[in-house]
Amino acid sequence: MKIDPIHQFNIEPLFTIGHIGNHTIAFTNSTLYMFIAVAVISLLMIGGMARGQLVPGRMQSIAEISYEFVASTIRSTAGSEGMKFFPLIFSLFMFICISNLIGIVPYTFTVSSHIIVTAALAFLVFFTVLIYGIYKNGLKFFKIFVPSGVPGYILPLVMFIEILSFFLRPVSHSVRLFANMLAGHIALKVFAGFVAMLGVSLGALGWFGGMLPLALTVALTALELLVAFLQAYVFAILTCIYLNDAIHPGH
Amino acid sequence: MAEKSHGTKGTGAHTEADGGHGGFPPFESSTFASQLVSLVIAFVALYVIVSRIALPRVESVIDARQNAIEGDLAAAQKFKDESDAALKAYETELASARTRAQAIGNETREKLNAAAEAERKSLEDQLTAKLAAAEKQIATTRQTAMSNVRGIAADAAGAIVQRLTGVLPDSKAVGSAVDASLKG
Repeated sequence: MKIDPIHQFNIEPLFTIGHIGNHTIAFTNSTLYMFIAVAVISLLMIGGMARGQLVPGRMQSIAEISYEFVASTIRSTAGSEGMKFFPLIFSLFMFICISNLIGIVPYTFTVSSHIIVTAALAFLVFFTVLIYGIYKNGLKFFKIFVPSGVPGYILPLVMFIEILSFFLRPVSHSVRLFANMLAGHIALKVFAGFVAMLGVSLGALGWFGGMLPLALTVALTALELLVAFLQAYVFAILTCIYLNDAIHPGH
Repeated sequence: MAEKSHGTKGTGAHTEADGGHGGFPPFESSTFASQLVSLVIAFVALYVIVSRIALPRVESVIDARQNAIEGDLAAAQKFKDESDAALKAYETELASARTRAQAIGNETREKLNAAAEAERKSLEDQLTAKLAAAEKQIATTRQTAMSNVRGIAADAAGAIVQRLTGVLPDSKAVGSAVDASLKG
Protein backbone atom coordinates (compact mmCIF):
# COMPACT_ATOMS: atom_id res chain seq x y z
CA MET A 1 0.00 0.00 0.00
CA LYS A 2 1.39 3.31 -1.06
CA ILE A 3 0.76 6.64 0.60
CA ASP A 4 0.03 9.36 -1.92
CA PRO A 5 -0.50 12.53 0.12
CA ILE A 6 -0.70 14.67 -3.01
CA HIS A 7 -3.60 12.83 -4.56
CA GLN A 8 -6.13 14.71 -2.47
CA PHE A 9 -5.21 17.97 -4.21
CA ASN A 10 -5.95 16.72 -7.70
CA ILE A 11 -8.32 18.78 -9.74
CA GLU A 12 -10.72 16.40 -11.42
CA PRO A 13 -12.92 17.83 -14.14
CA LEU A 14 -16.45 16.54 -13.81
CA PHE A 15 -17.61 17.98 -17.13
CA THR A 16 -16.48 20.64 -19.53
CA ILE A 17 -18.36 23.89 -19.70
CA GLY A 18 -16.57 25.65 -22.51
CA HIS A 19 -13.40 27.24 -23.72
CA ILE A 20 -11.85 30.66 -23.25
CA GLY A 21 -9.03 31.04 -25.72
CA ASN A 22 -6.86 28.02 -25.24
CA HIS A 23 -8.19 27.23 -21.84
CA THR A 24 -10.76 24.61 -21.12
CA ILE A 25 -13.23 25.70 -18.53
CA ALA A 26 -14.42 22.66 -16.67
CA PHE A 27 -16.75 22.08 -13.81
CA THR A 28 -14.25 20.46 -11.45
CA ASN A 29 -14.32 19.03 -7.96
CA SER A 30 -12.94 22.39 -6.84
CA THR A 31 -15.92 24.14 -8.44
CA LEU A 32 -18.23 21.73 -6.69
CA TYR A 33 -16.72 22.43 -3.29
CA MET A 34 -16.76 26.19 -3.88
CA PHE A 35 -20.46 25.96 -4.62
CA ILE A 36 -20.98 23.72 -1.61
CA ALA A 37 -19.27 26.32 0.58
CA VAL A 38 -21.47 29.08 -0.87
CA ALA A 39 -24.54 26.90 -0.32
CA VAL A 40 -23.58 26.13 3.27
CA ILE A 41 -22.95 29.80 4.03
CA SER A 42 -26.25 30.80 2.45
CA LEU A 43 -28.06 28.09 4.36
CA LEU A 44 -26.44 29.16 7.60
CA MET A 45 -26.96 32.88 7.15
CA ILE A 46 -30.38 32.85 5.51
CA GLY A 47 -31.83 29.60 6.83
CA GLY A 48 -30.51 30.33 10.30
CA MET A 49 -32.02 33.79 10.33
CA ALA A 50 -35.26 32.71 8.66
CA ARG A 51 -37.31 32.94 11.82
CA GLY A 52 -35.41 35.95 13.10
CA GLN A 53 -36.28 35.25 16.70
CA LEU A 54 -35.67 37.71 19.47
CA VAL A 55 -34.05 34.93 21.47
CA PRO A 56 -31.93 33.08 18.92
CA GLY A 57 -31.78 29.33 18.49
CA ARG A 58 -28.63 27.40 17.61
CA MET A 59 -28.39 28.19 13.92
CA GLN A 60 -29.39 31.78 14.41
CA SER A 61 -26.77 32.11 17.15
CA ILE A 62 -24.07 30.86 14.81
CA ALA A 63 -25.17 33.27 12.11
CA GLU A 64 -25.29 36.18 14.52
CA ILE A 65 -21.98 35.27 16.13
CA SER A 66 -20.26 35.19 12.73
CA TYR A 67 -21.80 38.55 11.92
CA GLU A 68 -20.74 40.10 15.21
CA PHE A 69 -17.31 38.49 15.05
CA VAL A 70 -16.47 39.89 11.61
CA ALA A 71 -18.06 43.25 12.43
CA SER A 72 -16.05 43.66 15.62
CA THR A 73 -12.86 42.59 13.82
CA ILE A 74 -13.41 45.32 11.24
CA ARG A 75 -14.30 47.95 13.82
CA SER A 76 -11.23 47.21 15.91
CA THR A 77 -8.77 47.24 13.02
CA ALA A 78 -10.16 49.59 10.38
CA GLY A 79 -12.56 51.69 12.41
CA SER A 80 -16.22 52.27 11.68
CA GLU A 81 -15.41 53.52 8.18
CA GLY A 82 -14.18 50.03 7.43
CA MET A 83 -17.78 48.81 7.74
CA LYS A 84 -18.18 49.86 4.11
CA PHE A 85 -16.25 46.71 3.27
CA PHE A 86 -18.21 44.53 5.66
CA PRO A 87 -19.88 42.41 2.94
CA LEU A 88 -16.52 41.82 1.24
CA ILE A 89 -14.67 40.86 4.39
CA PHE A 90 -17.58 38.79 5.63
CA SER A 91 -17.70 36.93 2.30
CA LEU A 92 -13.95 36.34 2.37
CA PHE A 93 -13.93 35.14 5.95
CA MET A 94 -16.94 32.88 5.62
CA PHE A 95 -15.83 31.48 2.25
CA ILE A 96 -12.37 30.58 3.51
CA CYS A 97 -13.54 29.39 6.90
CA ILE A 98 -16.37 27.20 5.63
CA SER A 99 -14.41 25.74 2.73
CA ASN A 100 -11.50 24.98 5.09
CA LEU A 101 -13.82 23.30 7.56
CA ILE A 102 -15.47 21.25 4.83
CA GLY A 103 -12.00 20.29 3.64
CA ILE A 104 -11.22 18.57 6.94
CA VAL A 105 -13.91 15.98 6.31
CA PRO A 106 -12.17 12.93 4.80
CA TYR A 107 -12.47 12.45 1.03
CA THR A 108 -13.42 16.06 0.47
CA PHE A 109 -11.50 18.68 -1.44
CA THR A 110 -9.98 21.78 0.14
CA VAL A 111 -10.54 24.78 -2.11
CA SER A 112 -7.92 26.95 -0.46
CA SER A 113 -5.17 24.36 -0.86
CA HIS A 114 -4.65 25.73 -4.36
CA ILE A 115 -2.43 28.75 -4.77
CA ILE A 116 -4.48 30.06 -7.67
CA VAL A 117 -7.56 30.41 -5.46
CA THR A 118 -5.79 32.08 -2.55
CA ALA A 119 -3.85 34.30 -4.97
CA ALA A 120 -7.06 35.39 -6.66
CA LEU A 121 -8.57 36.30 -3.30
CA ALA A 122 -5.38 38.08 -2.21
CA PHE A 123 -5.28 40.08 -5.43
CA LEU A 124 -8.92 40.94 -5.03
CA VAL A 125 -8.00 42.48 -1.67
CA PHE A 126 -4.85 44.08 -3.08
CA PHE A 127 -6.63 45.81 -5.92
CA THR A 128 -9.52 46.80 -3.71
CA VAL A 129 -7.05 48.52 -1.39
CA LEU A 130 -5.15 50.13 -4.25
CA ILE A 131 -8.18 51.37 -6.17
CA TYR A 132 -10.18 52.48 -3.15
CA GLY A 133 -7.12 54.12 -1.61
CA ILE A 134 -6.40 56.19 -4.70
CA TYR A 135 -10.09 56.91 -5.31
CA LYS A 136 -10.62 58.15 -1.77
CA ASN A 137 -7.32 59.89 -1.01
CA GLY A 138 -5.91 60.71 -4.43
CA LEU A 139 -2.16 61.11 -4.34
CA LYS A 140 -2.20 61.30 -0.57
CA PHE A 141 -2.64 57.54 -0.64
CA PHE A 142 1.05 57.18 -1.47
CA LYS A 143 1.84 58.62 1.94
CA ILE A 144 1.68 55.04 3.18
CA PHE A 145 5.09 54.60 1.61
CA VAL A 146 6.51 57.59 3.49
CA PRO A 147 6.32 56.99 7.22
CA SER A 148 6.33 60.23 9.20
CA GLY A 149 9.17 60.98 11.57
CA VAL A 150 11.87 59.22 9.57
CA PRO A 151 15.13 61.16 9.11
CA GLY A 152 15.72 62.30 5.53
CA TYR A 153 18.89 60.37 4.89
CA ILE A 154 17.33 56.94 5.45
CA LEU A 155 13.98 57.86 3.91
CA PRO A 156 14.84 56.40 0.46
CA LEU A 157 15.73 53.10 2.05
CA VAL A 158 12.56 53.06 4.18
CA MET A 159 10.48 53.98 1.15
CA PHE A 160 12.04 51.21 -0.84
CA ILE A 161 11.22 48.70 1.89
CA GLU A 162 7.69 50.03 2.28
CA ILE A 163 6.99 49.84 -1.44
CA LEU A 164 8.48 46.39 -1.67
CA SER A 165 6.45 45.14 1.27
CA PHE A 166 3.30 46.70 -0.17
CA PHE A 167 3.69 44.83 -3.43
CA LEU A 168 4.65 41.62 -1.67
CA ARG A 169 1.46 41.73 0.38
CA PRO A 170 -0.62 39.65 -2.03
CA VAL A 171 2.15 37.07 -2.11
CA SER A 172 2.41 36.65 1.65
CA HIS A 173 -1.33 37.00 1.99
CA SER A 174 -2.03 34.15 -0.41
CA VAL A 175 0.92 31.87 0.31
CA ARG A 176 0.19 31.89 4.05
CA LEU A 177 -3.28 30.45 3.57
CA PHE A 178 -2.31 28.12 0.75
CA ALA A 179 0.74 26.71 2.52
CA ASN A 180 -1.06 26.19 5.80
CA MET A 181 -3.88 24.27 4.22
CA LEU A 182 -1.55 22.28 1.97
CA ALA A 183 0.88 21.34 4.72
CA GLY A 184 -1.82 20.48 7.18
CA HIS A 185 -3.60 18.17 4.78
CA ILE A 186 -0.38 16.49 3.70
CA ALA A 187 0.56 15.85 7.32
CA LEU A 188 -2.88 14.47 8.07
CA LYS A 189 -2.73 12.20 5.06
CA VAL A 190 0.76 10.95 5.87
CA PHE A 191 -0.08 10.05 9.45
CA ALA A 192 -3.42 8.53 8.52
CA GLY A 193 -1.55 6.53 5.83
CA PHE A 194 0.82 5.17 8.47
CA VAL A 195 -2.12 3.70 10.36
CA ALA A 196 -3.34 1.78 7.33
CA MET A 197 0.16 0.78 6.27
CA LEU A 198 1.07 -0.64 9.67
CA GLY A 199 -2.23 -2.42 10.02
CA VAL A 200 -1.94 -4.11 6.63
CA SER A 201 1.73 -5.03 6.64
CA LEU A 202 2.46 -6.05 10.22
CA GLY A 203 -0.71 -7.81 11.27
CA ALA A 204 -1.48 -7.83 14.99
CA LEU A 205 1.71 -6.00 15.84
CA GLY A 206 0.81 -3.41 13.26
CA TRP A 207 -2.59 -2.95 14.84
CA PHE A 208 -0.83 -2.15 18.06
CA GLY A 209 1.79 0.00 16.38
CA GLY A 210 -0.85 1.86 14.44
CA MET A 211 -2.22 3.35 17.62
CA LEU A 212 0.45 6.03 17.78
CA PRO A 213 -0.12 7.50 14.31
CA LEU A 214 -3.86 7.15 14.88
CA ALA A 215 -3.61 9.25 18.02
CA LEU A 216 -1.49 11.73 16.10
CA THR A 217 -4.06 11.85 13.32
CA VAL A 218 -6.79 12.64 15.83
CA ALA A 219 -4.64 15.35 17.39
CA LEU A 220 -3.74 16.75 13.97
CA THR A 221 -7.39 16.83 12.97
CA ALA A 222 -8.11 18.93 16.03
CA LEU A 223 -5.20 21.17 15.14
CA GLU A 224 -6.44 21.44 11.56
CA LEU A 225 -9.85 22.52 12.84
CA LEU A 226 -8.11 25.33 14.67
CA VAL A 227 -5.95 26.17 11.66
CA ALA A 228 -8.96 26.17 9.34
CA PHE A 229 -10.63 28.82 11.44
CA LEU A 230 -7.46 30.67 12.30
CA GLN A 231 -6.27 31.06 8.73
CA ALA A 232 -9.65 32.42 7.71
CA TYR A 233 -9.42 34.86 10.59
CA VAL A 234 -5.85 35.82 9.68
CA PHE A 235 -6.87 36.38 6.08
CA ALA A 236 -9.79 38.53 7.18
CA ILE A 237 -7.85 40.56 9.72
CA LEU A 238 -5.01 41.21 7.25
CA THR A 239 -7.61 42.36 4.77
CA CYS A 240 -8.89 44.77 7.42
CA ILE A 241 -5.39 46.04 8.13
CA TYR A 242 -4.67 46.57 4.45
CA LEU A 243 -8.01 48.32 3.98
CA ASN A 244 -7.20 50.50 6.96
CA ASP A 245 -4.24 51.80 4.94
CA ALA A 246 -6.59 52.73 2.14
CA ILE A 247 -9.01 54.44 4.51
CA HIS A 248 -6.46 56.23 6.71
CA PRO A 249 -3.22 56.43 4.72
CA GLY A 250 -1.55 59.10 6.83
CA HIS A 251 -1.49 57.36 10.20
CA MET B 1 -7.24 38.77 -9.63
CA ALA B 2 -5.11 39.02 -12.69
CA GLU B 3 -3.16 35.90 -12.08
CA LYS B 4 -2.26 34.79 -15.53
CA SER B 5 -1.90 31.18 -16.31
CA HIS B 6 0.75 30.20 -18.73
CA GLY B 7 -1.25 29.05 -21.63
CA THR B 8 1.62 27.07 -23.07
CA LYS B 9 1.13 23.84 -21.26
CA GLY B 10 -2.38 22.63 -21.01
CA THR B 11 -4.11 23.38 -24.27
CA GLY B 12 -7.58 22.04 -23.93
CA ALA B 13 -6.61 19.03 -21.88
CA HIS B 14 -7.10 18.12 -18.27
CA THR B 15 -3.68 16.64 -17.99
CA GLU B 16 -2.95 13.80 -15.62
CA ALA B 17 -6.02 14.27 -13.57
CA ASP B 18 -6.33 10.59 -12.83
CA GLY B 19 -3.24 9.20 -11.20
CA GLY B 20 -1.71 12.03 -9.31
CA HIS B 21 1.72 10.86 -10.41
CA GLY B 22 2.28 13.89 -12.57
CA GLY B 23 3.03 17.36 -11.35
CA PHE B 24 2.12 18.94 -8.08
CA PRO B 25 -1.62 19.67 -8.49
CA PRO B 26 -1.61 23.19 -7.01
CA PHE B 27 1.01 24.21 -9.59
CA GLU B 28 -0.76 22.53 -12.49
CA SER B 29 -1.38 25.63 -14.58
CA SER B 30 -3.81 23.91 -16.89
CA THR B 31 -6.36 23.87 -14.10
CA PHE B 32 -5.99 27.56 -13.27
CA ALA B 33 -8.53 28.88 -15.73
CA SER B 34 -11.24 26.51 -14.54
CA GLN B 35 -10.58 27.35 -10.94
CA LEU B 36 -10.52 31.07 -11.57
CA VAL B 37 -13.80 30.98 -13.44
CA SER B 38 -15.36 28.82 -10.71
CA LEU B 39 -14.04 31.09 -8.02
CA VAL B 40 -15.35 34.23 -9.73
CA ILE B 41 -18.79 32.69 -10.13
CA ALA B 42 -18.90 31.29 -6.61
CA PHE B 43 -17.49 34.36 -4.93
CA VAL B 44 -19.64 36.85 -6.80
CA ALA B 45 -22.69 34.74 -5.98
CA LEU B 46 -21.64 34.61 -2.35
CA TYR B 47 -21.00 38.35 -2.27
CA VAL B 48 -24.39 39.13 -3.73
CA ILE B 49 -26.17 36.73 -1.39
CA VAL B 50 -24.28 38.05 1.62
CA SER B 51 -24.59 41.74 0.87
CA ARG B 52 -28.16 41.73 -0.45
CA ILE B 53 -29.89 39.12 1.64
CA ALA B 54 -27.93 37.67 4.52
CA LEU B 55 -26.32 40.65 6.21
CA PRO B 56 -29.32 43.02 6.02
CA ARG B 57 -31.45 40.28 7.54
CA VAL B 58 -29.04 39.66 10.41
CA GLU B 59 -28.76 43.38 10.92
CA SER B 60 -32.51 43.87 11.07
CA VAL B 61 -32.87 41.05 13.59
CA ILE B 62 -30.07 42.45 15.75
CA ASP B 63 -31.57 45.93 15.50
CA ALA B 64 -34.99 44.60 16.41
CA ARG B 65 -33.51 42.88 19.42
CA GLN B 66 -31.66 46.03 20.43
CA ASN B 67 -34.88 48.03 20.13
CA ALA B 68 -36.80 45.44 22.09
CA ILE B 69 -34.22 45.46 24.85
CA GLU B 70 -34.16 49.24 24.97
CA GLY B 71 -37.96 49.41 24.93
CA ASP B 72 -38.20 46.86 27.72
CA LEU B 73 -35.62 48.72 29.76
CA ALA B 74 -37.50 51.98 29.25
CA ALA B 75 -40.77 50.33 30.24
CA ALA B 76 -39.10 48.82 33.30
CA GLN B 77 -37.73 52.24 34.21
CA LYS B 78 -41.19 53.73 33.78
CA PHE B 79 -42.73 51.10 36.03
CA LYS B 80 -40.01 51.63 38.56
CA ASP B 81 -40.63 55.38 38.54
CA GLU B 82 -44.34 54.75 38.95
CA SER B 83 -43.81 52.43 41.86
CA ASP B 84 -41.40 54.91 43.42
CA ALA B 85 -43.99 57.65 43.07
CA ALA B 86 -46.66 55.39 44.54
CA LEU B 87 -44.40 54.56 47.43
CA LYS B 88 -43.72 58.23 48.01
CA ALA B 89 -47.42 59.07 47.89
CA TYR B 90 -48.13 56.24 50.30
CA GLU B 91 -45.47 57.51 52.65
CA THR B 92 -46.71 61.09 52.62
CA GLU B 93 -50.25 59.83 53.08
CA LEU B 94 -49.12 57.73 55.99
CA ALA B 95 -47.24 60.63 57.54
CA SER B 96 -50.21 63.00 57.22
CA ALA B 97 -52.53 60.35 58.59
CA ARG B 98 -50.21 59.89 61.51
CA THR B 99 -50.10 63.62 62.29
CA ARG B 100 -53.86 63.80 61.94
CA ALA B 101 -54.28 60.88 64.28
CA GLN B 102 -51.95 62.55 66.73
CA ALA B 103 -53.89 65.80 66.50
CA ILE B 104 -57.17 64.02 67.08
CA GLY B 105 -55.66 62.19 70.03
CA ASN B 106 -54.35 65.39 71.54
CA GLU B 107 -57.62 67.16 71.05
CA THR B 108 -59.58 64.33 72.61
CA ARG B 109 -57.20 64.12 75.48
CA GLU B 110 -57.49 67.86 76.13
CA LYS B 111 -61.25 67.75 75.90
CA LEU B 112 -61.44 64.84 78.28
CA ASN B 113 -58.98 66.51 80.62
CA ALA B 114 -61.04 69.70 80.61
CA ALA B 115 -64.25 67.80 81.25
CA ALA B 116 -62.66 65.86 84.07
CA GLU B 117 -61.24 69.03 85.51
CA ALA B 118 -64.66 70.74 85.39
CA GLU B 119 -66.33 67.78 87.00
CA ARG B 120 -63.70 67.63 89.64
CA LYS B 121 -64.11 71.30 90.32
CA SER B 122 -67.89 71.14 90.64
CA LEU B 123 -67.57 68.09 92.82
CA GLU B 124 -65.04 69.91 94.96
CA ASP B 125 -67.28 72.93 95.22
CA GLN B 126 -70.15 70.74 96.22
CA LEU B 127 -68.03 69.02 98.79
CA THR B 128 -66.75 72.33 100.12
CA ALA B 129 -70.29 73.57 100.42
CA LYS B 130 -71.32 70.39 102.19
CA LEU B 131 -68.30 70.66 104.44
CA ALA B 132 -69.12 74.26 105.31
CA ALA B 133 -72.73 73.32 106.09
CA ALA B 134 -71.58 70.43 108.24
CA GLU B 135 -69.14 72.67 110.09
CA LYS B 136 -71.83 75.16 110.65
CA GLN B 137 -74.11 72.46 112.02
CA ILE B 138 -71.35 71.21 114.29
CA ALA B 139 -70.82 74.73 115.57
CA THR B 140 -74.50 75.24 116.31
CA THR B 141 -74.80 71.83 117.86
CA ARG B 142 -71.80 72.55 120.00
CA GLN B 143 -73.24 75.90 120.96
CA THR B 144 -76.50 74.33 122.04
CA ALA B 145 -74.61 71.57 123.79
CA MET B 146 -72.48 74.15 125.57
CA SER B 147 -75.49 76.13 126.67
CA ASN B 148 -77.10 72.93 127.89
CA VAL B 149 -73.92 72.11 129.79
CA ARG B 150 -74.25 75.35 131.79
CA GLY B 151 -77.83 74.58 132.72
CA ILE B 152 -76.93 71.06 133.74
CA ALA B 153 -73.89 72.29 135.63
CA ALA B 154 -75.91 74.90 137.45
CA ASP B 155 -78.61 72.39 138.33
CA ALA B 156 -76.00 69.92 139.41
CA ALA B 157 -74.16 72.57 141.44
CA GLY B 158 -77.46 73.68 143.04
CA ALA B 159 -78.32 70.10 143.82
CA ILE B 160 -74.89 69.40 145.30
CA VAL B 161 -74.95 72.54 147.46
CA GLN B 162 -78.45 71.70 148.75
CA ARG B 163 -77.34 68.21 149.64
CA LEU B 164 -74.28 69.48 151.41
CA THR B 165 -75.76 72.44 153.12
CA GLY B 166 -79.37 71.70 153.07
CA VAL B 167 -80.04 75.13 151.82
CA LEU B 168 -81.16 75.80 148.31
CA PRO B 169 -78.68 78.31 147.03
CA ASP B 170 -79.53 81.32 145.09
CA SER B 171 -79.80 80.32 141.52
CA LYS B 172 -78.15 83.54 140.43
CA ALA B 173 -75.12 82.96 142.53
CA VAL B 174 -74.85 79.39 141.30
CA GLY B 175 -75.18 80.59 137.73
CA SER B 176 -72.35 83.11 138.10
CA ALA B 177 -70.18 80.58 139.86
CA VAL B 178 -70.75 78.08 137.07
CA ASP B 179 -69.98 80.74 134.51
CA ALA B 180 -66.78 81.62 136.32
CA SER B 181 -65.78 78.00 136.52
CA LEU B 182 -66.61 77.43 132.84
CA LYS B 183 -64.54 80.41 131.90
CA GLY B 184 -61.67 79.44 134.11
